[in-house]
Amino acid sequence: MNNSFDYSNIKPLTLAIPSVSAKWTGNDFANAVKVRWGIGRNNSKITPGIYKIGNPNSQSDIFVSANYKLSFDILRKNLNAFDAWILVIDTKGVNVWCAAGKGTFGTENLVRSINKNSIKDIVTHRRLIVPQLGAVGVAAYKIMELTGFRVIFGPVRASDISEFVKAGYKATPGMRRVDFPFYERAKLIPVDLVYWKYRLIAALFVVFLFSGLDRSGFLFSKMFQTSLFPVLNILTGYFAGIVITPLLLPVFPVRAFSLKGALCGLIFIAILNWFFIAPTIERIALGLIGIAVASFTALNFTGATTYTSLSGVKLEMKWAIPFQIGFAAVGLLLFIISKLI
Amino acid sequence: MQYLRNVATLKLNTGLCTGCRLCVIVCPHAVFEIENKKALIANIDNCMECGACALNCQFGAIYVKSGVGCASGILNGILNNTEPTCGCTGTGAKESSCC
Ligand code: SF4
Ligand code: SF4
Repeated sequence: MNNSFDYSNIKPLTLAIPSVSAKWTGNDFANAVKVRWGIGRNNSKITPGIYKIGNPNSQSDIFVSANYKLSFDILRKNLNAFDAWILVIDTKGVNVWCAAGKGTFGTENLVRSINKNSIKDIVTHRRLIVPQLGAVGVAAYKIMELTGFRVIFGPVRASDISEFVKAGYKATPGMRRVDFPFYERAKLIPVDLVYWKYRLIAALFVVFLFSGLDRSGFLFSKMFQTSLFPVLNILTGYFAGIVITPLLLPVFPVRAFSLKGALCGLIFIAILNWFFIAPTIERIALGLIGIAVASFTALNFTGATTYTSLSGVKLEMKWAIPFQIGFAAVGLLLFIISKLI
Repeated sequence: MQYLRNVATLKLNTGLCTGCRLCVIVCPHAVFEIENKKALIANIDNCMECGACALNCQFGAIYVKSGVGCASGILNGILNNTEPTCGCTGTGAKESSCC
């Protein structure tokens, strides 16, 4: 009778689970930088599943994460003193808050992933720590109904996790609040700068082209001689809207983003005008275009903020977009007229 | 930081509220407070309509028309004749937020 069974191949389930380190390598840092500049953004995915950090056992906490590499990396970095499990759910490489809004970081997906990864066999307790911002997609009471796991909403920022756990899974009101400090706003600027590049180039090309306009037609040499001021107007508007407005967001005493941007554009274009000699009509024409650019790009920053509401942005767009189009159209028309008189 | 005043669609039906506090826990902008074992909307102009409170109130006491407060998302929605959708890939600008 042959019953030589190879026991060396049987491993407890928990041993087969990939282990990750809490330390960041040079690659992780490089990835964080690349992501900020929008380089290779689609490669930033983690394979969904259950991971361990340290030496977790059946009593250890389970932290739920999105499969966006940067979210995962920030989480594991902040779990350096823990023995814990990380349950990564498939959000298609999108961060928790955004994925929760889209529904991929949601009740259904979390239930599926609890079942698929046999979480009930890995731990004996029935607690899951889900990032608070995941609450946009995860209904805690439904997870309880469907799986028996009690969802504990952790703090907004992974850096508060250790204090949160020490306090007996209690977050201070500060840990529950999303703020939008200067460095957070600054971090968002590179991607926006790169994001609009083609439209910027198109706008620059249009003013460059019309700079060469004359009663006799388009003159190539005139384009080169006179386009500096027009091009700088557009660039100033662009930087005012994309860089300065977000950085100085609370400084402008208006709430609407399009007005913050317009105000910022006005100030910087006024400064620009101080350095150049140009006919009044051309100054006004280019100022209008530049302010429209600043206002529009600033309005788009609503997409990156952490506090603008759908109703609010809709309301603002209703009056702001017609104004921006009007400013740009009148500006371009005046610019053309200034070339023909 | 606060956005436009008096626009949030958030509504609370105190009659259904059991004071379970979950809305207070999930709201990222401290919109709710608990007073006399019932939730109340303390700072409605803070609300960004993320929808976390309504989704997690198992007693159905909260209503909010949730969505993304994102201009390009709304423009996309208008152009494609759909609900506002953000083209966010969850990276960069979208790290701490959406869109
Ligand atoms: S989640 Fe619902 S029931 Fe609970 S306190 Fe808030 S409003 Fe009341
Ligand atoms: S929708 Fe979001 S921001 Fe508004 S009250 Fe509910 S949880 Fe708070």
